[in-house]
Amino acid sequence: MADPVGPQSEQVDHSRRRLLTAATVAGGAVGIAFAAVPFIASWEPSARAKALGAPVSVDASKLEEGQMLKVVYRGQPVFIVRRGKAVLDQLGNHNDLLADPNSMDSEQPVYIKDSGPARARNPEYWVGYAVCTHLGCSPLGAFEPANATQISGINLGNDWPGGFYCPCHGSKYDISGRVFKSMPAPKNLPVPSYTFAGDAHIVIGEDENPKSG
Amino acid sequence: MAGASGSAQPSKGLLGWIDERFPLTTLWKSQVAEYYAPKNFNFWYYFGSLALLVLVNQLLTGIWLTMNYKPSSAEAFASVEYIMRDVDWGWLIRYMHSTGASAFFIVVYLHMFRALLYGSHRKPRELLWIFGCLIFLVLMAEAFMGYVLPWGNMSFWGAQVITSLFGSIPVIGGALLEWIRGDFVIADATLNRFFALHVAALPLALLLLVAVHLTALHETGSNNPDGIEIHDHEDEQGRPLDGIPFHPYYTVKDLVGVMGFLIIFFGIIFFAPSFGGLFLEPANFEPANPMQTPPHIAPVWYFTPFYAMLRAVPSFMGTQVWGVLVMGAAILVLFFLPWLDRSPVRSIRYRGPIYKIMLAIFVVSFVILAVCGMKPPAGIYPMLARVCTVLYFAFFLLMPWYTRIDPVKPVPQRVTG
Repeated sequence: MADPVGPQSEQVDHSRRRLLTAATVAGGAVGIAFAAVPFIASWEPSARAKALGAPVSVDASKLEEGQMLKVVYRGQPVFIVRRGKAVLDQLGNHNDLLADPNSMDSEQPVYIKDSGPARARNPEYWVGYAVCTHLGCSPLGAFEPANATQISGINLGNDWPGGFYCPCHGSKYDISGRVFKSMPAPKNLPVPSYTFAGDAHIVIGEDENPKSG
Repeated sequence: MAGASGSAQPSKGLLGWIDERFPLTTLWKSQVAEYYAPKNFNFWYYFGSLALLVLVNQLLTGIWLTMNYKPSSAEAFASVEYIMRDVDWGWLIRYMHSTGASAFFIVVYLHMFRALLYGSHRKPRELLWIFGCLIFLVLMAEAFMGYVLPWGNMSFWGAQVITSLFGSIPVIGGALLEWIRGDFVIADATLNRFFALHVAALPLALLLLVAVHLTALHETGSNNPDGIEIHDHEDEQGRPLDGIPFHPYYTVKDLVGVMGFLIIFFGIIFFAPSFGGLFLEPANFEPANPMQTPPHIAPVWYFTPFYAMLRAVPSFMGTQVWGVLVMGAAILVLFFLPWLDRSPVRSIRYRGPIYKIMLAIFVVSFVILAVCGMKPPAGIYPMLARVCTVLYFAFFLLMPWYTRIDPVKPVPQRVTG
């Protein structure tokens, strides 16, 4: 602090000076914090981005067994596969082929983890991101069990239970999106939050119960 | 802590480490804590620091706008609407930038007026004044290009009209105009290059000029309302008797100025951002339409005095270039002020009545010219603009004569406050 200027300066009241400086700095800090808010907040997704990222409604009523729909949610492809009873009954039979049969390490909402091998809110329809957990390619559907050559040029193996095959590096998933052992892909296919607004009407991006994990 | 400039006690700790490698403490002392400024600074001395504040505001809000603005003729207008409506707090950032542009000119005009009052342009501060005039020039270019970016109808037609000025230059005008525009009319090419200049090139030039302006100031020291040199009377340690260290006295005082400014600044932003159509013009809320000129083209208020001069000069010998030359001369004459002013004293406090009258006439003419520039060229305005243009130039061109014959009062040795 500079000493007072001039020959006859009064004694400096240091405690008053400290108080004034502290009060000014505190006020300034509060002001700067408030002023920073608009600049930082403006980086949040804009109203337009949020609108584009809104939940997507899908009418799956025309899907037949073994058929698949692909829709876009927040810029990424999502599978919806209609599964028949025969396939569903076999879902527990090939855990020895799978790396993570109980989906302990998957990106999915809590209610999906709790739904067992079906990995779905309604087992008849499987919903999941069409994004391979290896490097992000879009896997192909290969839903016929025991048909090793349903994708031309590829032999899926005689114990093929039906599922997905990623053409980029050969990762295999079952029809609940669970990854096989010893694949380039490390995890099961991720699942978005979704809910049913009617028997075959799926809304992707919405939970009735907002907890997801 | 002793403020005397002889005590070079090396700092300890982190500061010491830095000081061994970078003249941080030396700079702090020489430019701030032991830089002596006259103790009699008044209201007119706020505007330099306010100009710095507004510059920082324009840089910060400008960068943030660039994050969402799209510099193409197809997307620019919509992107500004997007910022205003969809980007969180975008409306505030945009208004801070547009109000800041007008605030910049208010502050700069008042800052320049202070120089006219107290003779801050006189020897040895001629170069300081010249750097300031260069800043003014670059600022005008920056503001002009910035106004084109929203690509509203006034953006488009204002750019069309002002770039056409270059077309009036004999012989090379046509080719020059096409080169500036990058097309046969104001177009996407023009917008994109104005964006590059406005966002990168001119701000860099401005920052460089401000740095040089402050360096020149610190070389001579500030002038003051009495127009005397405080370094003429120093104590045994070389400190001016009428000086006080910039920190803490003027850091604190300028902070008060900043508070007052911010109250007005944000009052306008929150309650009247278009300021009655002066800061954000109505015609610019429509997208650019090359087929439809706005009924009334006028530049933004800070250019209207010079625009009025441009229009005041009639065509002669088949060319309108004379108006352009007069308008250019109006700015160029500023550079010569240090040599036009022949008064033996600096400050208006010790000048005679002639300078005071001439300065008052100058200010009034400038304001009337501003008003004329906003109006359509009809009625009394053209004649008024001509008269005031003459008066504007008379202030400068007659100055060598009237400042010499103007009686002066004795100048004090020490500041009077």
